[in-house]
Amino acid sequence: MSELMACHECDLLTRLPELPPGGRAHCPRCGCLLQRDRPNSIEKTLALSFAGLVLFIVAVSFPFLAMKAGGFEQHSNLLTGVWLLLEQKMVLLAMVVLLTCVLFPLAGILGLLYVLLPLHFGRRLPRAEVVFRLVSHLQPWSMMEVFMLGILVSLVKLGHLAEVIPGISLWAFAVLIFVLAAQTAVLDHHQVWERLEALR
Amino acid sequence: MKAASMTARRQNLVSCHNCHLLCDAPVPVGKQQVACCPRCGTTLHSRKPNSLMRTWALVFAAVILYLPANLLPITITRAIGITQSDTIISGVIYFLHSGMVPIALVIFIASVFVPLMKLLILIYLLISVQRRSRRRLVDRTRLYRLTELVGRWSMVDVYVVTILVALVKLGAVARVDAGPATPYFAGVVIITMFAAESFDPRLIWDVMEDDE
Repeated sequence: MSELMACHECDLLTRLPELPPGGRAHCPRCGCLLQRDRPNSIEKTLALSFAGLVLFIVAVSFPFLAMKAGGFEQHSNLLTGVWLLLEQKMVLLAMVVLLTCVLFPLAGILGLLYVLLPLHFGRRLPRAEVVFRLVSHLQPWSMMEVFMLGILVSLVKLGHLAEVIPGISLWAFAVLIFVLAAQTAVLDHHQVWERLEALR
Repeated sequence: MKAASMTARRQNLVSCHNCHLLCDAPVPVGKQQVACCPRCGTTLHSRKPNSLMRTWALVFAAVILYLPANLLPITITRAIGITQSDTIISGVIYFLHSGMVPIALVIFIASVFVPLMKLLILIYLLISVQRRSRRRLVDRTRLYRLTELVGRWSMVDVYVVTILVALVKLGAVARVDAGPATPYFAGVVIITMFAAESFDPRLIWDVMEDDE
């Protein structure tokens, strides 16, 4: 029974084949990716989550960018923009940026650690299912890589106006994007659900 | 295509939206009855509830917000006593004129082209499902996958405004403020993301079953 699956894009019932290492199974009708073999998924995701957490702390606590022009110097960190939007009474917008660039990515990293660390030792913390479900729901709403593109566009935009000095946090942030991308690529939801089910 | 008819719904099974566990379809007792996935606890539905109506509502809302988002200024720049308001399009034109074509392209694609295409594709999918179209099912599923994937990149301009507001506060020399279009624009991106999420691609394929 466990090998029978319904495609989540066209509802076709398919019997999943035994996947070779690194193999993928696609829906024969609509071509949707059904399953991918991801060896050591939980351990790799855990390692990347830890790396992500460290980089995240660096990215939030150190100076992000500085700008110099006409004797003035303006420093900013990741949250300066949010504060200044709040000052301009753009509360909703500030919330959107705060949630999508800081809180959701952080919640994603912490949530995965909460679920996967015990799972690695064959345990399951209370409400692990709820946490993992939330993590999957938050995933499209965590937009750090889009923010990074925003930074690049801003840098070019400001290039003629002033001198822009990148801070440590900017580099941490850039690496974090790759770590988070690798984390999503490596995480095998199917395997996590099966392990969680077996531990109940 | 005999395999085409073997869907979960036909076999009285429901695939969980979240963890994709195959469950027995809940037997409807009353209107209030709710069945949850035994593995992850998500409410079970054979198809997303009221998918077409919800998606239409969200698409309409996004179309309405799309106008102020593009017509009102998104940034207000004050530099050396001169105040300049820029809409998304005027920003793109400015970059084209100053020779920064790649930046102009990034902003145009992310802020104008992608949201508009997304809305048009969703409207096309909604209409084709309602007209029970049997044409190009695979292509339409691919279109849906694409809209789900690229939607978030439209947020770029919102972030650019945030960063500019944070950085350009150089006393009397220059400062940038967020224009009134910014919240509308963020609204368009968020609402179209919800719209793509509420659309159920399985509806595209349901006509195949009804054929038999």
